[in-house]
Amino acid sequence: MKADPAGVLTGSHYLDGDFACGEGAMAAGCRFVAGYPITPSTEVVERIARRFPTFGGTFIQMEDELASMAAVVGAAWTGTKTMTVTSGPGFSLMMENIGLAAMMETPCVVVNVQRGGPSTGLPTMVGQGDVMQARWGSHGDYEVIALCPQSPQEAFDLTIDAFNLAEIYRLPVMFLMDECVGHMTEKVVIPEADAIEIEPRRLTEKRPEDFEPYQINGGQTPEFARAGDGYRFHTTGLTHDERGYPVMNDECHDASVRRLVGKIRDNADSIVRFEEEGMDDAEVVVVSFGITARVARLAVEEARSRGIRVGFLRLVVIWPFPEKRIRELAGSVTAFVVPEINLGQIALEVERVAAGQAATWPVLHAGGTVHDPAAITETIVKAASS
Amino acid sequence: MSSRVEIRITGFGGQGVVLAGHIIGCACAIHADRHATMIQSFGPEARGSACSATLVVSESEVLYPYIRRPDIFVVMSGEGYEKYGQELKENGTLVFEQDLVSPTTVEGQRAFGVPSTRLAESLGKTIVQNIVMVGFFAGVTELVPAEAMRDAVRGSVPAGTEDLNLEAFEKGLEYARKSVSQPAASVANPSLEEVSP
Repeated sequence: MKADPAGVLTGSHYLDGDFACGEGAMAAGCRFVAGYPITPSTEVVERIARRFPTFGGTFIQMEDELASMAAVVGAAWTGTKTMTVTSGPGFSLMMENIGLAAMMETPCVVVNVQRGGPSTGLPTMVGQGDVMQARWGSHGDYEVIALCPQSPQEAFDLTIDAFNLAEIYRLPVMFLMDECVGHMTEKVVIPEADAIEIEPRRLTEKRPEDFEPYQINGGQTPEFARAGDGYRFHTTGLTHDERGYPVMNDECHDASVRRLVGKIRDNADSIVRFEEEGMDDAEVVVVSFGITARVARLAVEEARSRGIRVGFLRLVVIWPFPEKRIRELAGSVTAFVVPEINLGQIALEVERVAAGQAATWPVLHAGGTVHDPAAITETIVKAASS
Repeated sequence: MSSRVEIRITGFGGQGVVLAGHIIGCACAIHADRHATMIQSFGPEARGSACSATLVVSESEVLYPYIRRPDIFVVMSGEGYEKYGQELKENGTLVFEQDLVSPTTVEGQRAFGVPSTRLAESLGKTIVQNIVMVGFFAGVTELVPAEAMRDAVRGSVPAGTEDLNLEAFEKGLEYARKSVSQPAASVANPSLEEVSP
């Protein structure tokens, strides 16, 4: 369906990434946001808190991040599109209820504007150290989807995609921004509402007496019934059957968890998203994401000008990881160069998937600023000559 | 890369440093078909003392978002000059509030001073000092057409204050045109009377 024009601020704007993310959420149809404001993500909720009253959305400044995530999960069960916004320290506190959202199959979006960590780290400065936390932060087996914008324009565009993916797969979608993109102001073009494609909540068409909350019809994702619409309603973080009632046995658990994981793994090809440049003759491939991808492109241009055959792959969707493509490339290139603002997270993933077929050269930096492109160029040169 | 222009704007918290940066960036990116990336400084320094915004303006996509050494340094406080004055490029352009900053003239650099606070006072509102500075910046740097800057001022200030802010913009622009018509390096400036309405 098309976006509701009420939430779409059509036009060309000069916005920072945080504001653009807020605008993306409102354009996507988000009408409930609960959060505990934290630098460098505060401007996302500032924007929403100012705009929601003009067209009817609810923003609640909660007492903490545990409650924020809980409110977002609860509100989603009314059929409303919901989101919370935080940074590393708050993201850690949200993990318990992110797991609950995954287990209850609750569509929602969790924005993390990453700053330098661990702990309170560098509140006002950039980091990309929450990549693995977004993937594995809550306990037990589950899969997530995580997107990673490189500009304010993408903060708008990809937030809409995050909401759409949350609806299709019924899970919490992670929106991994970074401080640099969040606090960077650039041109953002917001299209007309009828040019924005929105996934509505997939409500069941069954009669209440025929409906079970976790019954699967063919696909891997159950149909949705809003709490209060007269359908039987039961949901829990405990392992549950089709009725949503707790079932404490290995058989039900195995089937449930395999389905939670399978709905993402089996559909990875249609969720995975990346951009490539210069792969035709590439001997070395730079793999990057978020703000680091922009800086890395400078290094790639410089290396090419020196005659090095280097390609570039930018992860737009960071989880699920494009395993198939990286594996394919590992068979034809000699090395991957992986710059990231952490001490080696996506580099590990590249190394795992390349499985020794091509070398992995991380270019790491713990946070506080973006890479010096020269450091990336230098590693490309080394990787190409070894 | 050759078209890349790096700008730092600094002053003390409350002078509207970030809004000035926003307006210049908006003029370039929205009204003049350029790419412009603005980064504002965050942290304790943003409250009260030296506050700063940086801009990278380019014909092509801005890949590296931070500045290294600015081509243009706009400074509205003595403290800002002390903190960042040294980083201006050898052939860079200094744009300063002449009653608050006493710069050292560096050979090869161009320097343009404006009594932006007094010009704003002459309009009855000191608060528009930053917009006077934006007008002056537009005139001395000619980075983008003045009309693009006017559009950005109009679209960026609070509703109801457009006329006052545009007046402040014109005040600074007019002062710049008189400054530029005189030898710049000598930091000679026309008197206030010459630009009064």
